Amino acid sequence: MIRLFANANYDFIKWRRWAYGLTAALIVPGFALFLVHGLNYSIEFTGGTLIQVQTTTPVGTGKIRTALDAAGIRDAEIQQFGGANEYVVRARIGAGGVTAEGTTQATAAAVDSALAHGLGAAQYRIVRTEAVGPKVGRELQGKAFLAIFFSFIVTLVYLWYRFEWRFGLAAVLATLHDILTTIAFIRYLNLEVSLVVVGAVLTMIGYSLNDTIIIFDRVRENLRKFRRQNLYEILNLSINETLPRSVLTHGTTMATTLALVLLAGEVLRPFALVMTFAIFTGTFSSIYIAAPILMYIEKRWPGEDARGARTFRPAGAVAPEPRAAPVPPVPPGPPAPSRPQPTR
Amino acid sequence: MAKLRSRLFIIGGLVLLSVWALIPADTTQRVRDATTGRMKDTTIRRVPLNLGLDLQGGIHLALEVDQSKGPVPDPAEAIHRAERVVRTRIDEFGTTEPVVQVVGNDRLIVELAGEKDPARAKGIIQRTAFLEFRITDMKNLFRDALPEIDKTLRRAGVKTPGQAGAAANVTQLFGADTGKGKAKNKSEKTKAAAKDTTELNAPGPLASLLYQGQLPGEFLVPEEQVPVAESLLARPEVQRLIPRGIELKWGTEVASRAARTYRALYAVEDRPIITGEELEKAQAQRDPMTNQSVVNFTLSRRGGRIFERETGRHVQDYMAIILDGRVQGQPPVIKSQIGQHGQIELGAKPLQDAQDLALVLRAGALPAPLTIVEERTIGPSLGKDSINDGIRAGVVGVALVIVIMVGYYRLSGVLAVSALGLYVLFTLAGLAWFGFTLTLPGLAGLVLSVGIAVDANVLIFERIREELQHGKLVRTAVDEGFKHAMSAIIDSNVSTVLTAFILYLVGTGPVQGFAITLIIGITASMVTAVYVVRTFYMIWLARRPDMVTLSV
Repeated sequence: MIRLFANANYDFIKWRRWAYGLTAALIVPGFALFLVHGLNYSIEFTGGTLIQVQTTTPVGTGKIRTALDAAGIRDAEIQQFGGANEYVVRARIGAGGVTAEGTTQATAAAVDSALAHGLGAAQYRIVRTEAVGPKVGRELQGKAFLAIFFSFIVTLVYLWYRFEWRFGLAAVLATLHDILTTIAFIRYLNLEVSLVVVGAVLTMIGYSLNDTIIIFDRVRENLRKFRRQNLYEILNLSINETLPRSVLTHGTTMATTLALVLLAGEVLRPFALVMTFAIFTGTFSSIYIAAPILMYIEKRWPGEDARGARTFRPAGAVAPEPRAAPVPPVPPGPPAPSRPQPTR
Repeated sequence: MAKLRSRLFIIGGLVLLSVWALIPADTTQRVRDATTGRMKDTTIRRVPLNLGLDLQGGIHLALEVDQSKGPVPDPAEAIHRAERVVRTRIDEFGTTEPVVQVVGNDRLIVELAGEKDPARAKGIIQRTAFLEFRITDMKNLFRDALPEIDKTLRRAGVKTPGQAGAAANVTQLFGADTGKGKAKNKSEKTKAAAKDTTELNAPGPLASLLYQGQLPGEFLVPEEQVPVAESLLARPEVQRLIPRGIELKWGTEVASRAARTYRALYAVEDRPIITGEELEKAQAQRDPMTNQSVVNFTLSRRGGRIFERETGRHVQDYMAIILDGRVQGQPPVIKSQIGQHGQIELGAKPLQDAQDLALVLRAGALPAPLTIVEERTIGPSLGKDSINDGIRAGVVGVALVIVIMVGYYRLSGVLAVSALGLYVLFTLAGLAWFGFTLTLPGLAGLVLSVGIAVDANVLIFERIREELQHGKLVRTAVDEGFKHAMSAIIDSNVSTVLTAFILYLVGTGPVQGFAITLIIGITASMVTAVYVVRTFYMIWLARRPDMVTLSV
């Protein structure tokens, strides 16, 4: 029988400051880049025209550029897409003076005729066209933010109801962290933010919450079971107890998203990359962000558990009794004085 | 044991239901007839799972009322008029399952699966609507010309349809037989028409397809024969014989009589008595005195004068309302001379019908100029590639999940994986059952959710391992494992469903498809991972009551 991390006994919480530093090192530069350059929004959000072309022979982006330039279409982005003979031409609104509703259509037609002149009509085939007016793009941006905002509210309320407000707040803050790291990730790789990628970010919210909740559920249970342990120990214990599950679940999910990254084609690749990263950051934040934040919140606003399970104890205030449980408390052994002081 | 039996019964029921939902069923599609180029209804058998445009290729258009050349007073009403117009033209697109849908307040979504020529589709949609009133063939000129037409057709070697190749006298017998039945049927309705039908039913290739309707110039054609009738009427020699001053127009409505459906064909005058340009207002109402549905309309002053003259000449005649070449509803009779203000009575028909007719009139009167705010065209080859890539990624992903689960949990892993098979079946059946569309992001969601679906089983198995470690008996460990894992499973899944639900509410097209797949997937995984796997364990434990070590 294979057992991974059975009876694991790591002091995760001890490393929280390192974790804060690591995550800040990821978020801050990424976010600075995001503030300066913004994100690479797809034309669904900016409005504009996208044309995917399949040529009979690999002609190279240079030749397409020449064809478009000859027709006076400048500022269009040309990119190889998937196979060697597939290209995507993007003209965003704002670039090249395309502004009014309906002109995105004209751009699509212009690109077509430019290619027909430059490459010859039989040499290429248009396999995909997207032309989005600026109004639709603006609406979509608003909707995406609305979706993230509402999902936060609903989660907060649900966790408040099922657990306690401190848990809800910690979970939402950890999720906020995930969104920030994901934005930084998208910025680093300069992935194109399309509707589908926004969908991936929203799924990430669900997934990360899911993971946090699994650990919090164990915390809730252990709080009832070991009434004399302090929160620091209970958090560590709960994380260690759920560790095999975390490894297995993230392993299987990561396997499927990696399969999507490698095999599902160019259209889904940004989605799959974001999901793969999301699994990583979701796991990380459940352990190193959500749990320490819960401890911090509990220290700031100590109080009665809403479910009446037990009263939170200030960390380290009461020496834990040695337990008879087969899984030893974390950290094990020595009584209160030698244990690291958990919060500051 | 009884408990186990009822569990198996429920699971069996769910599986049967899912298989039933996915069995290829007869669906009616409008397809382009290869020989005539016109649209006809056919039934084909296929798996009732709708593929999104991104998977089968096609055109997605979002249109709004064009306000750039001056404000339109009521865009919401204008978009409904436009929807009505696009619907009448739906056959011209030549796609099997066109979608025409008003979204929000002022946007019209048109989806044409399989359509390859965006320029043509856009042309059809943006063409200005044309409304006209024409008097029907009151003198029965077309009907009188039918024998001549049939003679020509027979000379050209066209046999009475349906029995091509059969001996001529048999054809005649059969034709006469059905004709008599038809005549009897009609005589119950109108005596005058009955006399006419007997002549009409002398079986000719064309006449045998046309049954005299309730009013002059109206013919009913059995729905399945419409393409045949169309191809006969399109022949040049037939066109030549159609009486001068008469044109044939198909109706929009389909009538059911005695288990058969008929489409109406109208012989109308080739000159409209008035066109939509002269129409100013049209409003549906329920007449408070008679409790009838009526449509009141107002013409321009010039139109009123023309209409007064024309209707004066045509009292007791029937007037066909034609939008974009299609007769809308049954032509009403002109009861008396009408000036600027007129009323169309629809009798006991529901108010909805009157509102539809009013919309038709307004659509012709105030054609709404449409501008395309969003267009997506996906080539069919790209769609096919996407499906193939998605399936390949799915197969590899699922295979990895199977390897991990069976490798780590062994026999229990096998239980989880077989439940996963049911999970995929249930999810696809759920999509088919509720008529949702499978999109490319949806496919990704499905693959992803396979990974997530095993989470519940992982939670349960880990719990069972813990309980076994605590020295519990196999049976108790399994019970406790399921019991303790439940709260985590429920809380985590409910919060994910809530997020997906918001995604569905706020999102559009592809994102909604993804959200739906996720919601159905999570629901199905709750059923399979908890209920089905638990049942498997019950069977396993029942067969090996003395089991000491559990393969988990």
